Amino acid sequence: MPILDVHDVTVAYHRKPVLWDVDWTLDEPRLVGIVGPNGAGKSTLIKAMLGLVPLVSGTVNVFDQPVANVRRRIGYVPQRESVDWDFPVSVLDVALMGTYGSLGWFRRPGAKQRALAEKCLEMVGIRDLEQQQIGQLSGGQQQRTFLARALAQQADVYFMDEPFAGVDAATEQAIFQILRHLRQQGKTIVVVHHDLRTVPRYFDHLILLNVRLVASGPTATVFTDENLRKTYGGRLSILETVGAAVQAQERTP
Amino acid sequence: MIFWDWGSLYNVFVVLAGVSLLAASAGAIGCFAVLRRRALTGDALAHGALPGLCLAFLIAGERSLPILLLGALASGAAGIGVIALLRRWTRIKEDAAIGIVLSVFFGSGVALMSIIQNWPGGSRARLESFILGKTAGMVRQDVYVIAGLAGLTLVVVLLLYKEFKLVAFDPSFARVQGWPDFWLDFLLMLLVALAVVVGLPAVGVLLMAALLIIPAAAARFWTERLGIMLILSAAFGVLAGVAGTLVSTFLEKIPTGPSIILAGSLLFGVSLLFAPKRGWLARRRENARQRHAARQRRFLSVLYDATEPALPHCVPVPLAQLQAEPAWTTRQLTKLLEDAQRKQWIEREGDTLRLTPRGLEHAGQTARNERLWKLYLEEYTDQAVAQLQTDLPLLESVAEPAVIDALARKLKLE
Repeated sequence: MPILDVHDVTVAYHRKPVLWDVDWTLDEPRLVGIVGPNGAGKSTLIKAMLGLVPLVSGTVNVFDQPVANVRRRIGYVPQRESVDWDFPVSVLDVALMGTYGSLGWFRRPGAKQRALAEKCLEMVGIRDLEQQQIGQLSGGQQQRTFLARALAQQADVYFMDEPFAGVDAATEQAIFQILRHLRQQGKTIVVVHHDLRTVPRYFDHLILLNVRLVASGPTATVFTDENLRKTYGGRLSILETVGAAVQAQERTP
Repeated sequence: MIFWDWGSLYNVFVVLAGVSLLAASAGAIGCFAVLRRRALTGDALAHGALPGLCLAFLIAGERSLPILLLGALASGAAGIGVIALLRRWTRIKEDAAIGIVLSVFFGSGVALMSIIQNWPGGSRARLESFILGKTAGMVRQDVYVIAGLAGLTLVVVLLLYKEFKLVAFDPSFARVQGWPDFWLDFLLMLLVALAVVVGLPAVGVLLMAALLIIPAAAARFWTERLGIMLILSAAFGVLAGVAGTLVSTFLEKIPTGPSIILAGSLLFGVSLLFAPKRGWLARRRENARQRHAARQRRFLSVLYDATEPALPHCVPVPLAQLQAEPAWTTRQLTKLLEDAQRKQWIEREGDTLRLTPRGLEHAGQTARNERLWKLYLEEYTDQAVAQLQTDLPLLESVAEPAVIDALARKLKLE
């Protein structure tokens, strides 16, 4: 049974396709990176899998079912800029939102949910900030808050939109450790990523995207000079960085 | 109005009860509307209600409050519908769509009202009281309607507090979790619409939206918690409603709507200026404190730099050297000197000053910390930028000991 099945998906905003006929299946739990240039439709692909954007054509199945049937098994880290950080809630409040799905209608989070949310904040290393209003946090701490909320969803598949964008080195490491930890627990994590240098170290499965799917599969076989050239076109400055990254990957056994 | 008999007193009590309940529910539901960025939709709803009121009067042929309010609700909702259609089928942006609908509906409402008033018997409709609001005519039945609305709002907000909070904060996360964000939004706007329509007779179409927005905006200054914001906002609404109604009752020339909104604005103004932390004064004070602290750091560093070469001997530093610094004005320097003398960091001797042992210790620590930070920012840019604060905390309190050791060694080498 495939974990994720994206079948012939096309998405358009105002007639302009942002995703064209994307076809991709994942059968085993993996730490998946979605990589491509700006405007390649990376976030849109995640949103299409989550049912957040209307599809012009195609279908998406998660665990062989439409997304709407398996919401409890899905965790989500949206882009940090997508919310108003001046909103009057605390870090703990946001982490607790992860438990809302399992609570269902009308029920308020209780001691059990609180303990879970605090455990998740502990995991991402910001337990001591739980009473802070979220606007007072640094970028890295805000990203950790979102990650804690996703962890509190206790999902089987996680979708993360640029979780490494604009965070400090320490936070990047902390987030990566958690992704690896989730992966070891047999979860699947799909991550939109923009930093090619870290791709081979972070992900064991890769989607190279530029409106259409350029290549997908195990990082070791997909992350090649040729595939990246196809994905990024003639953007040389990027390709030089990539060359270094590919070599770095070849050096690691 | 002067009242001395129980009947008038009773009337005033009825009106106050009605206005309080109305303002409390508008204040509470207004918080969600404001946080969800739907405040202007509430305004369009209120203005859009006027033509419906007039049409309802024309159809019913008499001034029956329930029918009038039904008409108001229908045309207000139609206004919202037109906004949604304009956004969906044309390239008009939301703010322009709201502006268009609001003025077109209000304009046609005023036109209809003039026509009605020129009709025989039309002036008895007293529809103009709906523009700026009039509570004097409020009777017990009206208060029952308002109490019903307040009760409904209270029950829904209590039941759906968590859902409304989630949808207002992060609607796409809510959708991923399986919440029907569209219907939750719809319910929220329905409660807003009910509050607006029920409030029309008392506050009027022009200012009803302000009763949704002002208490919520004022409450936000005092707290960082949504639950407390809801309660405060409801309380501010009641305060404004009661004060405004009393003023309007005793100074008959002012309609209730403006009077209530002015009372609310007063509360808002006080919040804006005096709220701790988020208020204007508190922010100003905090900024001034930060700037003074930065100047003080600079002051101590300059003194230390001048003293350091001759250490352990503490040489006097000419005042002229400090005056030449571009980091402060003469007045600011005077303040820094007074401050340092009061703290017994320096001693003045004519045109020179000298660090006391206590001042030397403090200045040494400040200078060392500044230098460490400078190096830290150069060598560990990413990490350092993330931890940097205007107050420049002791590096020991943010960085790991190993890092500090490395930096300190490097500092000695320089």
